[in-house]
Amino acid sequence: MSKNPEFVKFDKVDKSYDGKVLVVKDLQLDIAEGEFITMLGPSGSGKTTCLMMLAGFETPTHGEILLDGNIISNIPPHKRGIGMVFQNYALFPHMTVYENLAFPLRVRKVEKDEIDKKVDKALSMVSLNGFETRMPAQLSGGQQQRVAVARALVFDPAVVLMDEPLGALDKNLRESMQYEIKHIHESIGVTVVYVTHDQSEALTMSNRIAVFNDGKVQQLSNPAELYEKPVNSFVAEFIGENNTFNGEVIDIDKDKCKVKLTNSEILANPISVKSKGEKTTVSLRPERALINPTDKMDNMFTGKIEEVIYHGDHTRVRLNLLGSSEFILKVPNSTSNLELKVSQDINIGWNSVDARALDPK
Amino acid sequence: MSSETKKILTTDGIPLEVSLKKAEKKNKIKAFLLVAPLLLFLVITYIFPIGDMFLRSVDDKMITNMLPKTFKAMEKWENLEELPPEEVYRSFYEDYKLLAENQQHGKLGQRLNKEKNGFNTITKKLFRQIKRKKIDESASIKEQINKLHKRWRNVEYWLAIKRTAPPYTVAKYLKGMDMYFDSDGSITQVDEDRRIHRILWLRTLEIAFFVTLFSFFMGYPIAHLLATLPMKYSNLLMICVLLPFWTSLLVRTASWMILLQQQGLVNDFFVMIGLVGDDNRPEMMYNKVGTYVAMTQILLPFMVLPLYSVMKTISPSLMRAGKSLGGTPFVAFWKVYFPLTIPGIGAGCLLVFILAIGYYITPALVGGASGTLISNQIAFHMKTTLDWSFASAMGLMLLTGVLVIYWIYNKLVGVDNIKLG
Repeated sequence: MSKNPEFVKFDKVDKSYDGKVLVVKDLQLDIAEGEFITMLGPSGSGKTTCLMMLAGFETPTHGEILLDGNIISNIPPHKRGIGMVFQNYALFPHMTVYENLAFPLRVRKVEKDEIDKKVDKALSMVSLNGFETRMPAQLSGGQQQRVAVARALVFDPAVVLMDEPLGALDKNLRESMQYEIKHIHESIGVTVVYVTHDQSEALTMSNRIAVFNDGKVQQLSNPAELYEKPVNSFVAEFIGENNTFNGEVIDIDKDKCKVKLTNSEILANPISVKSKGEKTTVSLRPERALINPTDKMDNMFTGKIEEVIYHGDHTRVRLNLLGSSEFILKVPNSTSNLELKVSQDINIGWNSVDARALDPK
Repeated sequence: MSSETKKILTTDGIPLEVSLKKAEKKNKIKAFLLVAPLLLFLVITYIFPIGDMFLRSVDDKMITNMLPKTFKAMEKWENLEELPPEEVYRSFYEDYKLLAENQQHGKLGQRLNKEKNGFNTITKKLFRQIKRKKIDESASIKEQINKLHKRWRNVEYWLAIKRTAPPYTVAKYLKGMDMYFDSDGSITQVDEDRRIHRILWLRTLEIAFFVTLFSFFMGYPIAHLLATLPMKYSNLLMICVLLPFWTSLLVRTASWMILLQQQGLVNDFFVMIGLVGDDNRPEMMYNKVGTYVAMTQILLPFMVLPLYSVMKTISPSLMRAGKSLGGTPFVAFWKVYFPLTIPGIGAGCLLVFILAIGYYITPALVGGASGTLISNQIAFHMKTTLDWSFASAMGLMLLTGVLVIYWIYNKLVGVDNIKLG
């Protein structure tokens, strides 16, 4: 069975609500069949609008959305056959769990026996057998969430959309639900389009992540690449933690460049800078900078500890380094614990390949 | 289990329940003090008047107090098919004489006349005889009274007096339902051509029912629009809905009269667009059409507001969920949205129906002959005939009717489901 790499296709989609501001700008996005894709971005970045256009609750101002090769822009929501899990679950409060799950099957005129079978299967998928006669109000948040997922899957839709489904749950429950949804996706192979503003959720669950900002997809790649190799400073900033230096390129060759800061110079990996004299923001992940490095590293500096915060599995250290007092280090909690004290001077080093010279902020 | 829970003690050894009660006592007193003024107000202006109304409606002490000796003597009157014994006549004569001395005899005559036609004439005759002192107290009173008028020789009249003996009566309630006690004390319907009250009750129910229905069909879409429009438009619409509320009832009714009369604006408009000819303008007022139009408009806000407050709480994502799961917009509305608005429908319909059932100014002004409802009848007896006990009886019947409707509603939908806001 060959998977269609363009199962869902956004083709040059624009969306504006008021005719003045574009909420989504020239969106070009292909989603493969069976893929788990996450739209990640801050609020107002256009990700939910994209989801609503796909579900049929908003119409694109320009461009087309294709599902399995067919233009769906003019198909009303109820004929698209797309399952959706809403932010606040949107369970029908006057119906039992069974009736909620049977709703999509009943409107499709499925036989009673078949409905019973499918509802039972969907409930066992989210391990909620025996809850058929409960009302949604009698369920906990996590259980309601599972019912919502089961309801979106019970009629075997080709695509399931999830609009921040875990937003209302507490941290522990949210994490276990993340794995649960991931496993359901893996076991039934449905295409999932997931919207969230929680980066760790996106990194945990997705095959690919589309980072949205300002109505545009900033980067579309798998979680590892997104974290390790952000293509611009917005993505670097938005995903994970990040130390930045603003400066100017004074020397550049193929895989190295020299960046002049206020009163020092560092070596960096030129990603989006091309020539001398360009302004740049250099991004460095906190865990890539080492204390008292034993290997030879091409960036070696001395900084002064400003603050030490104990986090259990690691310790966060804030340093005054290269004229900035916002440099963060993450020191793993290992047996060879260092003595870290405020106002102590320490040596820091990192490789220029990890310091990515991106577009200026 | 319950005995075990009772044994829970606080650390100081006081039973938990006692401690809890003590802790909450202050709050309870505070809460009571907050409602106390309203409670007092309600007792004075609502509970007392209704109690008084009830007593008035069943009160029949007037004759009981006027003819004490007669009723006492009547207890010994056994053969009811024959005229009462001499003792009854004598007691009646003595009671009546006392009334005549106190100038109270006229009231008795009127009251007895209501019980049986013809009493006024024969009591007046007796009064003149007493005034002229023509009754010989040493001779048989029975013979002398019987000689005065043939009606005194008719046992029916004496039975009528006997019927008025109990201090309480439900006669007013029977009258409200076009029934009465006939001469042998059984409940009888009045002649068919005189059954006005029953027509009024049915008409009141009919008008209240249709006004509720019309308000529902007009109010539901408005409420839906109000709940879904963006704030700036919905505020404007809300003002439009409430505007009638802020206008005097009489002004509104009068403006409907201007609009609906035969030479009125609506008819002028129909003639102008050629819908009807100038010489056969339809009657839209002084009939039920006028009543329905004006009352629906006046009561519409009472339907819209509860509906709106319920619809406001229904998340728009529920309709979206219904559609995304494959329901057509109609199915999503009918299976998802509509059931969730039932509490508002219940509250709105109950409110409008109860208000409509007691309406009387508007129907009286725009309804013409068909605009007389049960409330008009109550007002008529309060102000014109001064038969307050009958007015009270009908008022209480109306109140009971409303309570019955409330009870039925509670059985069908459940009062907890009512949502006013």
